[in-house]
Amino acid sequence: MVPVFFGVTLVAFGFIRVLPGDPVEVLAGERGVSPERHAELLAQLGFDKPLWQQYFSYIGDIFQGDLGTSLITNRPVVEEFFELFPATAELGLCAILFALIIGIPAGIIAAIKRGTWIDQGIMSISLTGYSMPIFWWGLLLIMLFSNTLNLTPVSGRLSFLFDVPPVTGFMLIDTLLSDEKGSFLNALHHLVLPSIVLGTIPLAVIARQTRSAMLEVLSEDYVRTARAKGLSTYRVVAIHALRNAMITVVTVIGLQVSLLLAGAILTETIFGWPGIGKWIIFSVFSRDYFAVQGGLLLIATSIMIVNLIVDLLYGFINPRILHQKSKS
Amino acid sequence: MSTTSNASTSIRVQQWQEFWFYFSASKTAVAGLIFLILVILMALFADVISPHGPAEQYREFAKLPPAWVEGGQLQFFLGTDYAGRDMLSRIIHGSRLSLLAGCVVVVLSMSIGVLLGLIAGYRGGWIETLIMRVMDTIMAVPGLLLALVLVAILGPGLLNAMVAIAITYTPSFVRLTRASTLSELNRDYVTASKVAGAGPARLMFISILPNCMAPIIVQGTLSFSTAILDTAALGFLGMGAQAPIPEWGTLIAENRDLIMSAPWTVTFPGIAILLAVLAINLVGDGLRDALDPKLKRS
Repeated sequence: MVPVFFGVTLVAFGFIRVLPGDPVEVLAGERGVSPERHAELLAQLGFDKPLWQQYFSYIGDIFQGDLGTSLITNRPVVEEFFELFPATAELGLCAILFALIIGIPAGIIAAIKRGTWIDQGIMSISLTGYSMPIFWWGLLLIMLFSNTLNLTPVSGRLSFLFDVPPVTGFMLIDTLLSDEKGSFLNALHHLVLPSIVLGTIPLAVIARQTRSAMLEVLSEDYVRTARAKGLSTYRVVAIHALRNAMITVVTVIGLQVSLLLAGAILTETIFGWPGIGKWIIFSVFSRDYFAVQGGLLLIATSIMIVNLIVDLLYGFINPRILHQKSKS
Repeated sequence: MSTTSNASTSIRVQQWQEFWFYFSASKTAVAGLIFLILVILMALFADVISPHGPAEQYREFAKLPPAWVEGGQLQFFLGTDYAGRDMLSRIIHGSRLSLLAGCVVVVLSMSIGVLLGLIAGYRGGWIETLIMRVMDTIMAVPGLLLALVLVAILGPGLLNAMVAIAITYTPSFVRLTRASTLSELNRDYVTASKVAGAGPARLMFISILPNCMAPIIVQGTLSFSTAILDTAALGFLGMGAQAPIPEWGTLIAENRDLIMSAPWTVTFPGIAILLAVLAINLVGDGLRDALDPKLKRS
């Protein structure tokens, strides 16, 4: 993890230096600046020093929690990131929840009904979901549910009619804490379509993985023993087989985090969702060097942290790993 | 000499027959393959089969609905966009770009990835550590984000988008090749070849590589489909192919504002992406089942 962290700092640091143009041009905007003033401002940002010195002072700043200041909003990048992060986290969690609630039962049913039309149907749908260009899927759902049926809002996290003070940044929690009536349902309404869109590909992956993990587990001896004891199919599947099949599924969920953030860029752009994805693409477009530099590092770091948590969870779900480690 | 070459040809034929036997067992994989071949033919003969030029504007027929909807015309089967360009022709021509993007990304990332993976697995030591750390770093950033940043550096455009996506796909090939190389490295046939005096290059490319190809081919097919999706996503975000070019993602982006007044201009390019990617994934699944020795025995 440590070498990768430093690798990412190199990438983020290098980004500013190889990107055509420089931060001063962005600051000056259309007006332009005289060459002398240009050089002076660059020196102010420390761009006149040798590269290695710049890199070390950059690393030093990182360890003090300073990731620079946005050129556009003039606010610390860290502050902006953590203000927007809950929106993306909320969306991501709801997407994964949606994927799990539908994906796991679908995978189990497909495995039990292996080879039948039910299995084939579930697997075809999941392969279609896996092949989905999600930006188009989002537009399609907006077209159907928001514009034609008028069931869901088109964009944002909450209607302007409500005034909910940010406490946790998670809109579902904040609306529950506030006394605005109906705001919770409104926030939920805003979450439905983006969660479905972002959860579609994870859903497909989880359904497929659950099916293959279940098939593997169902053919094992202990499952046969459980059946031979006369246990009902439900009991064998839900209590004996599922727990072991879940080990593979948890690993897959961990691998989804990176994909989920990539998907968040597209989903947030389509739904005007004020989160990290929309922020980072805006920063790339407006060439907000320091925001992209800091954002890259923070996003990579949060993915690493989530993966670490998944690794730790893995030990709880699969005690065999912990035993192996303690033996050696 | 001729007998050995005959023998090796017949073995090759036999391998192909065996492969086809397993591959054709899956009807969906064959269906995907047929559809994919049709798409490739469509791309190759785009100029012949598309009813209009992709950039030809029929201003008097702007925003015409598909032929089967009231007000549609048979000569614009899938309708027209805001400038009166025929959607069907644009989608047909777009297939060239999407398939090309898929091919370029896979060829680039696979050749670089396999080479680095072979070197890492075969040489070991600090070279391996260095290669793998660089790959870990690339994988630490979400693929689409890294591609976006790279395109920001290289400048927007289809070619740069392809290069950027290829870079983000390289680590999976490196990891796969390295793992297979490590498991093959100590096999008897490699030792035998070494004893016979084979140099490192011959060992890596002639002895080891062919035996690592199965998972790499499967990964290549799956990357082909995701490359099409990612190219379209970059096009949609305005960082891939630029506006008048009929790339599928770009088509969706340029018609996005027409979603209410002319929904077909957004719907059909998306269906094209979905079907092409689905077909490739079906083939990929079929390939995996046919090439995976574990599944064959069961």
